[in-house]
Amino acid sequence: MLAYMLRRLAYGGLVVLGVLFFLFVLFFAVATPDDIARRALGEKARPEVLEQWKANHGYDRPLWPWQSFDDNLLFDHYRRMLTFDFGNSDADDVPISRRLREGAGASLSLTIPIFVLGGVLGVLLSLFVAFFRETYIDSMGVFLAVLAMSVSILLYIVGAQYLIAKLLRWFPISGFDPDPAVILRFLALPVLVGIVSGVGGDLRFYRTVFVEESSRDYVRTARAKGAGELRVMVAHVLRNGLIPILTRVVVAIPFLFTGSLLLESFFGIPGLGSLTVDAINGNDFATLRVMVFIGALAFVVGQVLTDLSYSLADPRVRLE
Amino acid sequence: MRVLEVSDLVTGFPAGRERIHVIDGVSLYLEAGETLALVGESGCGKSMTALSILRLVPRPGRVEAGKVLLEGRDLLSLAVPDMRNVRGAEISMIFQEPMTSLNPVARVGKQVVEAIRLHEKVGVPAARERTLELFRRAGIPDAEARLDAYPHQLSGGLKQRVMIAMALATRPKVLIADEPTTALDVTIQAQILELLRELKRDFGTAILLITHDIGVVNELADRVAVMYGGRVVEEGDRSQVLGEPAHPYTQGLLRSMPGFATAHERLAEIPGVVPPPAEWPAGCRFDTRCERVLGHCRSEAPAATPVGEGHRVFCHAVASEIGEAP
Repeated sequence: MLAYMLRRLAYGGLVVLGVLFFLFVLFFAVATPDDIARRALGEKARPEVLEQWKANHGYDRPLWPWQSFDDNLLFDHYRRMLTFDFGNSDADDVPISRRLREGAGASLSLTIPIFVLGGVLGVLLSLFVAFFRETYIDSMGVFLAVLAMSVSILLYIVGAQYLIAKLLRWFPISGFDPDPAVILRFLALPVLVGIVSGVGGDLRFYRTVFVEESSRDYVRTARAKGAGELRVMVAHVLRNGLIPILTRVVVAIPFLFTGSLLLESFFGIPGLGSLTVDAINGNDFATLRVMVFIGALAFVVGQVLTDLSYSLADPRVRLE
Repeated sequence: MRVLEVSDLVTGFPAGRERIHVIDGVSLYLEAGETLALVGESGCGKSMTALSILRLVPRPGRVEAGKVLLEGRDLLSLAVPDMRNVRGAEISMIFQEPMTSLNPVARVGKQVVEAIRLHEKVGVPAARERTLELFRRAGIPDAEARLDAYPHQLSGGLKQRVMIAMALATRPKVLIADEPTTALDVTIQAQILELLRELKRDFGTAILLITHDIGVVNELADRVAVMYGGRVVEEGDRSQVLGEPAHPYTQGLLRSMPGFATAHERLAEIPGVVPPPAEWPAGCRFDTRCERVLGHCRSEAPAATPVGEGHRVFCHAVASEIGEAP
């Protein structure tokens, strides 16, 4: 199993290298080092100031190895990412590692409640709907789920801010304060939106899993030996349905750290999601590449964790 | 004494605005300790009869009429929790597919323990101890280690032994065995039949044996009921039904069995195929394939005609023959 994990991690390493390469190519396809400097210093900065800034930040070097094999931005990009030497933001020269430390807490305080509450709600609702499969409760559930999935998350955000924050004044429209006394006031609305926007897709997927499991022979056996419907659903159907559900859930765990791009930026939560959005908007290559790099690592770790969770949940799976 | 008596059972599934009756007036009974074989081709309603008895007909199908009396109690009118106390305790069932009939992610010992603890207030260690005995009794070698095996670690034959151990864990009055050997290798089939015969002798359980295999009937059955098109067409002692089959369908079925045809003779077949339930004829269901069709076969369902002690047949041709003979 260890050998299997190491092999998966090695493949994952290739994925990360590829992601770093495409990030570099795509970024510099739409922006030049001059653009980065201009965004950092302002449009009216004089040319010699721009040159000075570029020299200080290493952007005076050529991009590609064939221009200068010993000193080019691409190799430097790889060297710094692979040694976790993140450096400072191009926008304001703050060390990026400090930004990560500061933002991770805010992101996790948003993503973990959404992940846990949304996941539990999704599983319970879909068990309920699957229990009433092929009745109008089931059809209504599926209809509402598809409806919920079809609405853009932007509408949920704006709608919640308008209705619950502006008209009803239950919670602030946006903002964040990590003080435990008031943090819930700021998190309630984005967490609610996160759960509501995700539960439709979860419900549809989990329901399919549970309905499929409900028709299996072993479920009939469980009923034939006298198990009640609740026991059948929980001890047999849920337990077996866990295997496909893990695929969807475990892979998402590492991404809890990277936060939510839309929720954080719309609700003014200073997490890693809004850090990423700001980096994109501000041509901040130094910050953006770190966020993408972390995202790629999260993807690889998520894949390996998923494999691992299979072998724990399903005795038929052995990682070889 | 009749431990189980099914009368005029009707089970239907919705098809558009109508309902199709896949079981259409089945009556049969099981004396305590005897084995009744329910025989017929695929799709004739054998398994659905079994599921109807246990009230496990998959939705949207349901039992629409009839009575299922277990020692005089009508199971069809029991409240759901009471029915649950019947399933697995008084009537157990083993299924055709041992490969898929066990929960793949639970250890087999635990699954038998669950069956015991659903019906009796015993602790896990005691239930486990009993499971071990049952495994030994069911001829599972190295039983202690097998308690903690997962289904995929056992062969088909061993899985069926686990299913049998599970079904007998609570000493049920009736065991429904739905094609218990069909999915197994021939050598394993013989072992499982031997096990069932031993258990029947030792536990005194009445068995409703569902099969399409006349060989299995010959091995195990005391009486035989032949089903065709959702109805019983002939019923009697094994020697009567297999030795002097009266219904044209039973006769055709036996002629098409290798063991019952004369050596070197080409096996006979029944012409045509079993029509799907939606196309079953109004009168006698065998009407479309029968060699002895009479005028009213098409319109009237045949009533029971006694042709011997406890031997009944549902056929207009047989009825008219007997009516003319004396």
